[in-house]
Amino acid sequence: MGSYLLRRLGGLLLVLLVTSFIVFGLMYLAPGSPLAFVLGPRGGTPEQVAAVTAQYHFDDPFFVRYFRWLGDIVQGDLGHSIVYRQDVSALMSGRIGTTAALVSLSAVLIAVAGVGFGTLAALKSRWVDTVVSTLAAIGLSTPSFVVGVALISVFGVGLGWFPTFGVGSGGFDTLVHLILPAIALSVASAAYLARITKAAVNEERGREHVQTATVRGLAAGVIVRRHVLRNALIPITTVMGLTVATLIAGAVVVENVFALDGLGSLLVRAILQRDFAVVQAVILVLVVAFVVVNAIVDFLYTIIDPRIALGSRQ
Amino acid sequence: MSEALLTLTDVRAVLHSRHQSQSLLNGVSFSIAKGEALGLVGESGSGKSLTTRAVTRMLDPAFEVSGSISFDGAEVLSMGPAELRNYRSRDIGMIFQDPRAHVNPVHTVGDFLTEELVRNRGLAREEVEQRAITLLDEVGVRYPERRLTQYPHELSGGMLQRVMIASVLLAEPRLILADEPTTALDVTAQSDVMAILDEQRRARGLSLLFITHDLELAAACCERLAVMYAGEIVEQGAHVYESPRHPYTIELLGARPSIDQRLERLPVLQYNRDIHEQLKAEA
Repeated sequence: MGSYLLRRLGGLLLVLLVTSFIVFGLMYLAPGSPLAFVLGPRGGTPEQVAAVTAQYHFDDPFFVRYFRWLGDIVQGDLGHSIVYRQDVSALMSGRIGTTAALVSLSAVLIAVAGVGFGTLAALKSRWVDTVVSTLAAIGLSTPSFVVGVALISVFGVGLGWFPTFGVGSGGFDTLVHLILPAIALSVASAAYLARITKAAVNEERGREHVQTATVRGLAAGVIVRRHVLRNALIPITTVMGLTVATLIAGAVVVENVFALDGLGSLLVRAILQRDFAVVQAVILVLVVAFVVVNAIVDFLYTIIDPRIALGSRQ
Repeated sequence: MSEALLTLTDVRAVLHSRHQSQSLLNGVSFSIAKGEALGLVGESGSGKSLTTRAVTRMLDPAFEVSGSISFDGAEVLSMGPAELRNYRSRDIGMIFQDPRAHVNPVHTVGDFLTEELVRNRGLAREEVEQRAITLLDEVGVRYPERRLTQYPHELSGGMLQRVMIASVLLAEPRLILADEPTTALDVTAQSDVMAILDEQRRARGLSLLFITHDLELAAACCERLAVMYAGEIVEQGAHVYESPRHPYTIELLGARPSIDQRLERLPVLQYNRDIHEQLKAEA
């Protein structure tokens, strides 16, 4: 267990190092310069340009800048936003909670709706299967921003049940504010998970050990719970883990549609404004979240499937 | 002959698919007395497993089953869901060919053994575990307490088949159906497992329907044999192994290679569907 966690941590650090280099390198190669933003559309005098260049070390060679940035991050300094004139960590700390809440709520919705509908489609009548499969196909093929706009116009503007923008004032109010965005974010993934669940349940139902359970006279409910769904959890968990990881990136779009002040909208604005330090920091946070979610899924495997040992390569 | 426990009368199973109907069991009739073992032998595809599936009502709904399967006076084919569950739970026990595939890999051996009695009969798990430990010991599983917390993949095939036998005995059925219970095991485990099954069955006075294509094995542990060909029982009785009468059985028994002779080619059965139909027409 200890050595497993150590290896996992080492892997995380390696991924972060590689990602940091790629992120830094891409921003370096991207057209446009933060100079233009700092100095405004008319540009500045040569003295101003020189002063800003010196302040942000724009003239230093690539590797010098990369390692200075990396050194700062290791010491906990994520840098300074040239647009907001604020520390990046301060910029993010206020927004990270919004994105985390949005992604968590979506994950719960996806798990409940995806597994629920998928199981129904597999076990109930052909009619239910057709309805669920059709809805899943529609859900899968509708982009989250379209779902978002539709939800706003129906439930926000039309019926007036839900607020259409912002995160509210904390607690229950925030939950109400996040419901529509979370639905918009989860529709496609829930549809995908429903299809995976349906396939997994159908496959597990045909297994020989289910015959054993049936011929022992166990009740249908017990068989479904203990021998079909329990075993189908293995593929479901895989997809669920991948899905949550992609939600973090998908939140970018939904946050913009619902004017939520989260990491996603911060990232989009920072990219448009060439706010290097913010882009790099946000992406690093997203990568950490991604890797951590994957580590959690790997750990869950060992609980769900006793044949998989911690850290084995099955 | 003493009182019959299981009686099949003219059981037919027709598989209906979209384009055709195929008759796979063509009037199977036999009966097993209380405490008796019947060996059902025949080549692959002759309908042996299909017959057990009919007896356990595990045939796919695409099959249309007719005839009568009577268990201790109750008609199995017309049982409702609750009655069927009760019959499966208390009256019969099934041992499958491949224990590895037939035991759920994600639950412990203890879960597997206790599940049925705890869920169906409301017994306390601790009590069932105690009985399971005793039974595991009886069927030759060493360290039975420890096995309960192990997972199926931690046990060998032979051990797992013993666990399967213990799980069946635990439910105290009156009839055991064993569908090639030793075929998937390695040779040394085969004879051990078979000996245990035979011994336990006799000790408890249980009936056994033993399915195999090993004629000698069937003759050794069953009072009577029934030989299946093409979904029919061509010959049955206590005499079959010693003095077969039906041409198919005679040829089948004659085809076994002798242990003291080296053969260039193994014998091939000449009996086929045409001869079979012709014989039936003549009879």
